[in-house]
Amino acid sequence: MKLVMVGNGMAGVRTLEELLKLAPDLYDITVFGAEPHANYNRILLSPVLAGEMTLEDIMLNDVGWYRDNGIRLHLGKKVVKIDRIARKVIASDGTEAEYDRVLLATGSNPFILPIPGADLEGVLTYRDIADTNAMIEAAAKYKHAVVIGGGLLGLEAANGLKARGMNVTVVHLPDWLMERQLDRTAADMLQKSLEAKGLQFLLKTETSEILGGADGRVKAVRFKDGSELVADLVVMAVGIRPNTELAESAGLYCKGGIVVSDTMQTYDPKIYAVGECAAHRGVAYGLVAPLFEMGKVCANHLAHLGIGRYEGSILSTKLKVTGIDLFSAGDFIGNGETEDIVLHDAVGGVYKKLVIRDDRIVGGIMVGDTADGSWYLQLLRDRQDIHDIRDHLMFGQGHLGNSGHQGRSNAAAMSDAMEVCGCNGVCKGAIVRAIKEKGLFSLDDVRKHTKASSSCGSCTGLVEQILASTVGGAYQPAESKTKPVCGCTDHSHEDVRRMIREHKLLSIPEVIKFMEWRTPNGCASCRPALNYYLLSTWPREAADDPQSRYINERAHANIQKDGSYSVVPRMWGGSTSAAELRRIADVVDKYKIPTVKLTGGQRVDLLGVKKQDLPAVWRDLGMPSGHAYAKALRTVKTCVGSEWCRFGVQDSTNMGIALEKDLWRMCAPHKVKLAVSGCPRNCAEATIKDVGVIGVDSGWEIYVAGNGGIKAEVAQFLCKVKTEAEVLEYAGAFLQLYREEGRYLDRTVHYVARAGLDYIKQRVVDDGENRKALYARLQYALSGEKDPWQERAAGVARHEFELLEV
Amino acid sequence: MGTVAERLVVVKWVRACRVEDIPRLGARVVKSAQGDIAVFRNAEDEVFALADKCPHKGGPLSQGIVFGRKVACPLHNWNIQLEDGCAVAPDVGCARRYPVRVEAAVVFLQISPA
Repeated sequence: MKLVMVGNGMAGVRTLEELLKLAPDLYDITVFGAEPHANYNRILLSPVLAGEMTLEDIMLNDVGWYRDNGIRLHLGKKVVKIDRIARKVIASDGTEAEYDRVLLATGSNPFILPIPGADLEGVLTYRDIADTNAMIEAAAKYKHAVVIGGGLLGLEAANGLKARGMNVTVVHLPDWLMERQLDRTAADMLQKSLEAKGLQFLLKTETSEILGGADGRVKAVRFKDGSELVADLVVMAVGIRPNTELAESAGLYCKGGIVVSDTMQTYDPKIYAVGECAAHRGVAYGLVAPLFEMGKVCANHLAHLGIGRYEGSILSTKLKVTGIDLFSAGDFIGNGETEDIVLHDAVGGVYKKLVIRDDRIVGGIMVGDTADGSWYLQLLRDRQDIHDIRDHLMFGQGHLGNSGHQGRSNAAAMSDAMEVCGCNGVCKGAIVRAIKEKGLFSLDDVRKHTKASSSCGSCTGLVEQILASTVGGAYQPAESKTKPVCGCTDHSHEDVRRMIREHKLLSIPEVIKFMEWRTPNGCASCRPALNYYLLSTWPREAADDPQSRYINERAHANIQKDGSYSVVPRMWGGSTSAAELRRIADVVDKYKIPTVKLTGGQRVDLLGVKKQDLPAVWRDLGMPSGHAYAKALRTVKTCVGSEWCRFGVQDSTNMGIALEKDLWRMCAPHKVKLAVSGCPRNCAEATIKDVGVIGVDSGWEIYVAGNGGIKAEVAQFLCKVKTEAEVLEYAGAFLQLYREEGRYLDRTVHYVARAGLDYIKQRVVDDGENRKALYARLQYALSGEKDPWQERAAGVARHEFELLEV
Repeated sequence: MGTVAERLVVVKWVRACRVEDIPRLGARVVKSAQGDIAVFRNAEDEVFALADKCPHKGGPLSQGIVFGRKVACPLHNWNIQLEDGCAVAPDVGCARRYPVRVEAAVVFLQISPA
């Protein structure tokens, strides 16, 4: 089949990239581009103008890319006709190309004010490389620039010209700058900070004429009130219009753009349109982010995988002016049905406004501090209920508890040399450079190329900020509710769980076949998740697949950097005995184990054990597995409690032992840690555990969803109960709910943040029958689980531990 | 220039194991004079052999998750191609590859000094 693409910009090429990923051999592809350049990153023209980057820096696909992918590329050739009868496109120089499918990506044209003098020399628009070069040349020769239009593009142009030494005045017709993205307060703050950089503004000012000199070049701008301003360069940035000329001449229906369906098809189903030229559900988008989403859907359809639908985008904007932090998204003005939450520190230069409807964020503006922009946008796109977090919503996601990046939560304030990712040693400058040089747009891309935030993930927020401030509004956080499990599929975690449950799928090959995975046997990301979903949905029925488990869970020990393993035997509630300690000491001697260490969970860690020794070590220890290697119940940490402690009001040690005996062998989406304290002094630090139990004189308080690791998070109060049996039932029911609904690799803190504590209380505390049912399901699942160490000590999975020799 | 016999490369195949000794989508470690060799078997029962050392930080590739014709290193999740031992882009580096021959469901390796 023959595919012809008209227009060689970001939207079109991105669609081709997606298509080549899905169906590399389906089409014979021809591309026509009116510009003489291959595909470049249009959103980075502003940094080029400002002298912060060069044109070479912003090339996305050079000519070699087209050649390597077998694409015929016609540069500098404008297509003037689509012959839909003969199914061919014709360029102005007579070049023809036959097609089975056409992809229109003709972009948009800058709007030119219909005023006298608009065609004078020195009057430019701001759209492409040629415009940018013309401005750079003019800035070298002339002094006075007037930018007509105080929108995003106009301000970036003004900033760039100022940086190149020109005296710049921005002329704007509405009452305040960027009126389509900002309210008046935010716009006033923006104007002040731009004035501080030396820009001048004329608001509520209408241009009536551009005056030329004897040499035919612009010399001044005249306004409606008759006043004039000297200018030897005028840049018009008053908006764009979808370029529909070709489509209209071919008889395709256009209204505010080339009208397309949710599959990006025009009224002629053989012809697709993506990007700024397309009008989808009455909207033509002028920003980059929606173009990527359109490209994905369009490529899907072109590849004959009719599963994607484009349903519109929520827009967000970031101004790419160095030193100015500005963010805007969604409905930022609101109406009678919305409420505003506003934080305004005029002296400190911070303004934040969130617009809320029915407990959901529908829009917002941030000036001065945009650190949490990505988080708000995520909440907005997910339609997340913010009722529970409303009182501290304004203060952001709070990276306060995070470690590994010097407590920083604001990327803009960091220098290039500062370390962002403490796991992989990546500094801010390296991330910015990779984003620019490699043309990265998504968090995943940045992780792949720089490794930043790819290990523990605690610096994800910072990396997102750096990405957002480098590429501006082109960065859109993925909608987390429908986030695909991995690159092998477009299905979300929730879809997969539902299908496994509703269709009683019992093995990974069944899921992969039923849900049409793109890969024959998944990948290292999805297989462990699928294995967990199968086992947690159909305990005692689904088949465990050891080859889909991460090595620690397959070997039942923790792999270390030198390939040896560590062994942590279970010590119920942190209690042990002389006999156990003696056996441990003997094992250490017999197997020459180099390091013995106490863990944070009140156990003993034997480090540096050879893999082939593991089954014998387990046999000699004669203690149950501590599951220190598993996404499962780890430990129940306890304080001494009322048996010995003069302050203790409850027997926390025995409560902890009872919990651990009740819950051990329990697999979960991620590791699970418990603690029990015998009085409110809380020596067991129960308030940073997945489930924390604190004894009080009249019973036990239960806290859930705490976390002490990557992100310190205090557990939230669930309920208070009287008896030990109730503690077991409530804790077990909460954990079962998490096991059934949490996404693989979510800790309880993530799960509860998404589900909401109110929901958890309703299911576990208020609904007694449901609680009992949850607890019963957990008991059923656990009753099928054996101690993996004793099984292996007796010879199970021997091949895992034996070496072959030649 | 030496004698013809000196210039002849002696191709020596050694028996490693049976195909069925390697779990599908898994690996076994073969101890050899050249160091540990990871012998992989994928879903199609193809067998591959690589030095059991990730080009990144030396992680034991034999312990990784096998999918398609790749293995994910257990230490930092680099993806390594089983046919040639090279890391999937953008990561760069290769683990040494050893030729494999399967005859009558028996795996033979060619282990010569590097």
